Amino acid sequence: MLAYLVRRLLYAIPILIGVNLLTFALFFVVNTPDDMARMQLGVKRVTPEAIQKWKAERGYDKPLLWNSQAAGAATVTDTIFFDKSARMFVGDFGRAEDGRDIAREIKHRMLPSLAIALPTFILGLLVTVVFALTLAFFRATAFDFWGVVLCVAMMSISGLFYIIGGQYLISKIWRLVPISGYGDGLDAWRFLILPVAIGVISGIGSSARWYRTIFLEEVGKDYVRTARAKGLPETVVFLRHVLRNAMIPILTGVVVVIPLLFMGSLLTESFFGIPGLGSYTIDAINAQDFAVVRSMVFIGSVLYIFGLILTDISYTLVDPRIRFN
Amino acid sequence: MNAPLLKITDLRLGFAAGRQTLLAVDGVSFEVGAGETFALLGESGCGKSATAQGIMRLLPSAGRIVGGGVELDGQNVLALPEADMRSVRGRRMAMIFQEPATSLNPVLTVGQQIGEVLERHRDLRGEPARQRMLELLRQVGISDPERRLGEYPFQLSGGMKQRVMIAVALAGEPDLLIADEPTTALDVTVQAQILDLLVKLQQERGMGMLLITHDLGVVARMAHRVGVMYAGELVEVAPREAFFTNPRHPYTRALFAALPEVSRRGAILTTIPGQVPSLACMPKGCRFADRCRYVTPISREQWPNWRSVGEGHQVRCFYGGPMDEEEIGEHAAEVLAAAPPQPAPPTLEVQELRVHFPIRRGVLQRTVGHVKAVDGVSLSLAPGRTLALVGESGCGKTTVGKAILQLIKPTAGHVRLNGAELVGMPAGRLQDMRRDLQMVFQDPFASLNPRLRVGEIIAEGMAALGVVAGGKERQSAVAALLEQVGLPAEAAGRYPHEFSGGQRQRIAIARALAVQPEVLVCDEPTSALDVSVQAQILNLLKSLQESLGVAYLFITHNFGVVEYLAHEVAVMYLGRIVEFGSAEEVLRSPKHPYTRALLSAVPKPRLEGQQEVIKLAGETPSPANPPSGCHFHPRCPNVMEVCRSVWPETTRHEATQTVACHLYTEQKEK
Amino acid sequence: MPFQIVTLWSDGLIWLLVVAGIGFGFLIARSAPLLAAWRRVGKSRVGMASATVLVVFAIIGLLDSLHYRLKLDGGEGRPPTYAIEVLSVLDAVATPLRTHNEKTYSAPFATRLYAKETVELPGGGQTREYPRLKYGGAHLGNDEDRLPADVAGKAALGLGLAAVLWGVVAALVTASVARREKVGRGEAWRRIWRGETPFAWSALLVTSGLLLALLLPLVALAGYYHVFGTDKVGQDVLYQVMKSVRTGLIIGLVTTLVMLPLAVLLGIIAGYFRGWADDVIQYVYTVLNSIPGVLLIAAAVLMMQVVIDTNPQWFATAAERADLRLLALCFILGITSWTGLCRLLRGETLKLRELEYIQAAKAFGVSSWRIIVRHILPNLMHIVIISLVMDFSGLVLAEAVLSYVGIGVDPTMISFGTMINNARMELGREPVVWWSLAAAFVVMFVLVLAANLFADVVRDAFDPRAV
Repeated sequence: MLAYLVRRLLYAIPILIGVNLLTFALFFVVNTPDDMARMQLGVKRVTPEAIQKWKAERGYDKPLLWNSQAAGAATVTDTIFFDKSARMFVGDFGRAEDGRDIAREIKHRMLPSLAIALPTFILGLLVTVVFALTLAFFRATAFDFWGVVLCVAMMSISGLFYIIGGQYLISKIWRLVPISGYGDGLDAWRFLILPVAIGVISGIGSSARWYRTIFLEEVGKDYVRTARAKGLPETVVFLRHVLRNAMIPILTGVVVVIPLLFMGSLLTESFFGIPGLGSYTIDAINAQDFAVVRSMVFIGSVLYIFGLILTDISYTLVDPRIRFN
Repeated sequence: MNAPLLKITDLRLGFAAGRQTLLAVDGVSFEVGAGETFALLGESGCGKSATAQGIMRLLPSAGRIVGGGVELDGQNVLALPEADMRSVRGRRMAMIFQEPATSLNPVLTVGQQIGEVLERHRDLRGEPARQRMLELLRQVGISDPERRLGEYPFQLSGGMKQRVMIAVALAGEPDLLIADEPTTALDVTVQAQILDLLVKLQQERGMGMLLITHDLGVVARMAHRVGVMYAGELVEVAPREAFFTNPRHPYTRALFAALPEVSRRGAILTTIPGQVPSLACMPKGCRFADRCRYVTPISREQWPNWRSVGEGHQVRCFYGGPMDEEEIGEHAAEVLAAAPPQPAPPTLEVQELRVHFPIRRGVLQRTVGHVKAVDGVSLSLAPGRTLALVGESGCGKTTVGKAILQLIKPTAGHVRLNGAELVGMPAGRLQDMRRDLQMVFQDPFASLNPRLRVGEIIAEGMAALGVVAGGKERQSAVAALLEQVGLPAEAAGRYPHEFSGGQRQRIAIARALAVQPEVLVCDEPTSALDVSVQAQILNLLKSLQESLGVAYLFITHNFGVVEYLAHEVAVMYLGRIVEFGSAEEVLRSPKHPYTRALLSAVPKPRLEGQQEVIKLAGETPSPANPPSGCHFHPRCPNVMEVCRSVWPETTRHEATQTVACHLYTEQKEK
Repeated sequence: MPFQIVTLWSDGLIWLLVVAGIGFGFLIARSAPLLAAWRRVGKSRVGMASATVLVVFAIIGLLDSLHYRLKLDGGEGRPPTYAIEVLSVLDAVATPLRTHNEKTYSAPFATRLYAKETVELPGGGQTREYPRLKYGGAHLGNDEDRLPADVAGKAALGLGLAAVLWGVVAALVTASVARREKVGRGEAWRRIWRGETPFAWSALLVTSGLLLALLLPLVALAGYYHVFGTDKVGQDVLYQVMKSVRTGLIIGLVTTLVMLPLAVLLGIIAGYFRGWADDVIQYVYTVLNSIPGVLLIAAAVLMMQVVIDTNPQWFATAAERADLRLLALCFILGITSWTGLCRLLRGETLKLRELEYIQAAKAFGVSSWRIIVRHILPNLMHIVIISLVMDFSGLVLAEAVLSYVGIGVDPTMISFGTMINNARMELGREPVVWWSLAAAFVVMFVLVLAANLFADVVRDAFDPRAV
């Protein structure tokens, strides 16, 4: 089992390198730094000098991969690739357009993101699993039918409308909690409660329907029939037999996103004005701040790969077949 | 008889299909007494499993109990509320299922799965429960029960899982045990162990047992009384004695007649024409009428009532006249080697064939060992002969077949077809050789592409190997082939799903024959089929061999089929051939202890002649890590010191019989 | 010719899809198992009800995918010049909607603007009042009190027309059922409503009846009023909603079209040939999968924007530029979303290649490519079809979010996302401007719900396990 985990860890390295090369190609090969400069400066004011200055300020005036002018190790290190891409492996993300250090900014913004995403994730998982289990328990009844109809209807509504509708109803009409903003410390709950609730509700439709399918698939298995033949009450059959086996496929989809919770949610954070990484990314996209977007892509991938490893570990915890092989 | 333990009266079960309910079980009545084994016998789809599930009220969601009564100790369980039914299930009647592999929860330990029954019905928890579990595991013959309690199902072998299943069923100390094909998924040596265990437990506890099976041999070994089901009805109920000496229903007799046996060698097996009527359109008269050789005009019009033909022997049939004793009679044992010994040079020669699969482990996935699926197999097959390759699951017999066809690349050894070496032959030349060497697969449902028409399936080989050129010619060739395997020519335009299992296997045979091969590898071609259908396929294979002179390498685990069909027999154990010889030699005087045990473990569908089963300990070990010396030594009743360290030489006995066993190497030395 | 036909890239692709769909239909008619699956879809009431709704959306989208430029009046002898504005057939049909532009916001069925303005009185002096709309309810003149009666009258006219049309449809359907099943009209009518026909005609009739009853009054009213109001620049919201449909359809369909060949080809290669090809393909999709979708899309769209902005000379018209950007978005979405299907197909191919009919084909020496085409591909079709319909609704929803975030379609292109984006700020106004959002919400909800329901039915019909 240990060898299995070590192998998964080692496999992450070429994947990360692949991600890094891909983003590098996307940001520096598809468009040259000159193109970016022209775009940033606006088409009208473009002069060769202005472009040169823009590039020099940001360190984009170096060669891409190979500096033939430099000597020794500098032929490799004194390049855009080394400066902008390879350094990300050690947590050096450079500076944003506004001159701030991206790494520091990320560190500050992680907490607010997590404050929204973590409760949303945990509550959401709880609510959807319970809801789906109830639907599966009452399968082939009117309750199940209308529950599925509700799920399909809910998943047919864009996430945007959940947020807009929620903000409008709760904050504007009923004036229960502030419409947006963020506070530090214990005061934060007033700002968090609405985005978390909306996040949970908007996710119910598709997840609950998916989990229900998984539960129903398990209900049809032979061992469930065995459990019934033992005379166990249906609740025990569900909670001890069905739920435990169904957790295996559910975990695959769920554990992998846990590290990504640090990244926050683009939509929620921008609507509610939460100073997290999601709104940071949106602002960067709108300001066409390539350095920030590039950094977020890289961090997102690292977290995702970490999530994959977590998934493998969680498998070994839930599934004895993997634990003992 | 005292008041019966279980009394079923006029049970009717159905499955909802659209707006109507199709009756799968229609008016079944029988009784099971305490300490008695009642066997419910029937072919697939006859409603025997549905009956069992109905008694437990465990029908799948589409299932409905339409009417009738199920009385357990005088209490009608069909009338119980579901909550009360739960204290009947597992407590007063328990059930074991066909597939031990899927019937246990994969993520709970053995202890947890037995424990929940003890907690539910015996109110045992903690240490007393643990003691009881250990006791139960010992009772079902599991060694080292302390360790097994904490293990998960995937850590147990198939036979062991079924033992745990039995322990789970016994934990509630039920009065009635329902066993639904409990040994069908198991190897014959393991089947013998489990059947013995069930008999022993029943005697000890005085349980009633309802045994559901399709195997006449299992019935002969286990049952006190037998009920035969056909198309949702019980057609004959008889005490064991009468059932085997004088079955009265034509269907029961046809089942006996269809069994391939040594005594029927050379003869054509009796088959049952036609098919079981579908649930949706049951005839109003006798349901067997259309297939019955004793059919009377009245049986097409009226539903036959029960007719008593002996003490406790009832039959649902109008016909009361004399019946053909040939059907069930045992023929005097003929000489097996009817055909003369092979003078012709072999078409197919296999020498020292090895197929090893690497086992990769660790961080770098290095090869740390090999699964020696096939480890030095030599065979030869002459034109027009049948060589049976016999062995239990996992012995590598299917791999041998695929390696001969080069579908799996052999690791070492030679496969020669008419003198030409196939191993390592370039793909282009191999293509030519494929005309002479074809295969029929085990599962007729997986071996035909569901998206192609039958005509296209059969023509595929002809097109790929360029046997018949033009489209017109190919069409008539397909029609001829279909006729040859007994299907109408219009079948070419239809899709596989429109055919039954037996018909599909005919299509698969036609596909292989399309390129006119000299050698046909048949990989368990009848193991997925019912007895009556199996008889049709065996007849077909036999007549094809006579008319076309095809040689068969017949891979099987069924000794009945071997006895009926084979000229030569090779017995495989863990990748090696332990005994080889003519059918006469191997079946009449088996030499290797494994062959002997295997032969004795096959339940015979007869009243007497249930010879003592040679008990083999444990199950076949994994070919990844075979025992040292003779692979068979840990299970061998005749094990000697030398067996543990040295693989025995192959020695020759009789005319053609060879054995790989130290019992005989020593004899020779003396 | 008074106009010049313009074929935008997306038009070409969408019509190609229509042609492919028809061709696929012929293929299906030849393959019994697929035909049987589609028959199961046809038998499902939910399936046919949602399909009817989807057909209406498809018609709107297809009408909006026939583009042309009007010839300008250049006089004799001069080379013809064409308008810079690219129009579609839908625009032509909805000319009143397109051209009846007010000054700014007006509520549904309003005759006056939503905000007070300072108006010069004819007799000198000023007053603040709600100015009269230029087009909305203009035919009423000063008789604005007549509005409810007028609306009711026109709606009733539409309803009446709907009833007549529905009667015609119902009669046609009954006649065809009667002919096919060789029974009388009355019996056919009874069978339809008892659900005893092999095709769920009852669902089709109910849905089309509802749609007619809804749409025809809308059509009757749309020429006289702004049924859904107008937006900030005074454009009719109904018109915007109709234009959004095409954007959604293209995103939902073309994206799948882009990724499908890649996913199918690579998935089968990886699963069938194993070895190094499998390793490489798995590596590629794991890398692509590792980058969180939104971020990869954001990065790619940003880069695409740079390319488009630095090369303005590539595009003759604004429509062309917006169109190419839409297509690029489809490609980016396709590239980021093929991995899931690819993995699924790889797994299924792995299972299939061990099946006995493939072994049998190998025993005949049938070549690998022939095995793939004859044996593997047809047995993967159900997965492809299921994923095609399942992805559609997700992509329509994604478009809205991406456009809202600013990494979606061109801001000048009308789509659900841009509509929501423009309208969102107005929720803060007092009194609230709600109609833009409500219209976008309702239409999008109906489209996605119909797609989801249809996808469910298709999945149930095609999934071999669900039998």
